[in-house]
Amino acid sequence: MRIELIISGFGGQGILFAGNLIALSAMKEGHQVTYLPVYGPEMRGGTCNCTIIISQNEIASPLVYHPSFLIIMNYPSFLKFMPNLKKGGSSIINSDLVKPEEIKNLQILQKKYKLYFVPVNSLAETINAPMLANLCALGAFYQITKIFNLKNFKEALKETLGSERSHLFEPNLKAFNLGAKYINQNFK
Amino acid sequence: MKAKKILVKGVEAIALGALEANCKCYFGYPITPQNEIPEMMARELPKRGGVFLQAESELSAINMVLGACAVGVRAMTSSSSPGISLMCESFSYIAALELPAVVVNVMRGGPGLGGIEASQGDYFQAVKSPGHGDFHFMVLAPYNAQEAYELTAKAFELAEKYRNPVMILSDAILGQMKEPIILKNLKIKEYPKNDWALTGAKNRPSRIIRSLFLDSQELKKRNLKLKNKYKKMEKEILFEVSVENNEKAILVAFGSMARIVKEVYFILKNKGYPVGFFRPITLFPFPVKPIQKILHNAKNPLKFLVIELNCGQMVEDVKLAVNGKAEVISLFYPPSVIPFPEELERKIKKWIK
Repeated sequence: MRIELIISGFGGQGILFAGNLIALSAMKEGHQVTYLPVYGPEMRGGTCNCTIIISQNEIASPLVYHPSFLIIMNYPSFLKFMPNLKKGGSSIINSDLVKPEEIKNLQILQKKYKLYFVPVNSLAETINAPMLANLCALGAFYQITKIFNLKNFKEALKETLGSERSHLFEPNLKAFNLGAKYINQNFK
Repeated sequence: MKAKKILVKGVEAIALGALEANCKCYFGYPITPQNEIPEMMARELPKRGGVFLQAESELSAINMVLGACAVGVRAMTSSSSPGISLMCESFSYIAALELPAVVVNVMRGGPGLGGIEASQGDYFQAVKSPGHGDFHFMVLAPYNAQEAYELTAKAFELAEKYRNPVMILSDAILGQMKEPIILKNLKIKEYPKNDWALTGAKNRPSRIIRSLFLDSQELKKRNLKLKNKYKKMEKEILFEVSVENNEKAILVAFGSMARIVKEVYFILKNKGYPVGFFRPITLFPFPVKPIQKILHNAKNPLKFLVIELNCGQMVEDVKLAVNGKAEVISLFYPPSVIPFPEELERKIKKWIK
């Protein structure tokens, strides 16, 4: 078992928060993990990505050029990372910002990869929490991979939020569940 | 008690290591990419009866470290490349005074202000001489968060054991990456300081720690004393090696680059290429004998490929160790742009065909 995941989107979409949360949940599950944020003068509105590697074995390089999994939160990220996805890899794509009908080579991509179009922005808006689109994507990731269990995720979320932001636990969990449910209902 | 496993940045692991070693004073001046070290020390040291102080400059910070160490208190500073350069004058004094200071350099690109991405460009500065005069730091180069935690803690013990400054040489990528570490009781030893530290001369004759020796014979003796100390430090040499003696090439790398190189080593090994892997952990003293042992046991003519995130620095130490008995090739990557394993694999393959 090994997943090389890149999460990419705008700064401010909670990319690093989601990446950290996945790494922490996977660590609690007993896996080896590395979490590498892009490192540079990033800011809200700019591009932002992070690489998470989850493995049963020792992880040498924290960098990966051909990831096996992508979470694409906006169009520039789609253009940048989609061509690098490993053959047979999976991708969760924010279909609110990357519309399937606007992708020219969609059929080719669908043959090569497993694509999960999830309208994470719209989902998050149904619970009046547009800033939780990242957690919807994370829920989808969980439902597809089951790389960690729910108990470990909840623990990781609680720990990440800390006591100061503990009131955000329920909304975050709700968004997470929405993403997971969407996968369950729309993909086999 | 079950060991506690936490997910932390490499720089946080360094701070936790220092706290585990019961470091009492932190003096520093902010610089990217190591600010999480002062952040954690600022939070933790006052709780533990220690002192955190943000100085007005790097020069000031390192002289505060000098002062604290001179009175026998465990003290450290941390910075990144340009900030380290500003401290070099006092490094020389600390080495001359034989003070057990711990200095952390989380390297970024240079020269000058350079950039804020990872680099190994300060290898020469750290290993050869971080200041004027004839002296060395002991230099430890972790390559993951666990090692950063354990080596930083150990650095305080080694600094006292040899009465010599120890540098932890990390970089932006190791510093900013998060990995799990297991917190444990590392049983860091404290060495008595009552025969040299400036603790007040009540009930004993006064003592002076100094670096000025106008008597030429005396200065000569001082330098020979330091030299003997560096020789003794060779007992502490650390390295990681994966060699089965039937290789045709050995990949040599340290720190963050060793992570990428190890990945390539795993890939090539799986594909049946005759390659080995060697990672110096102490950069000074450099693991000369372990490299000579590889040479001695090799069944084939060997090539050493030295891969670094600089334009070729450690390669010189590998050449000295190999001493003309094998080909030594520098595969260099200037700072900031770290190669992906795929790219490095292609480059290495060209050399081992």
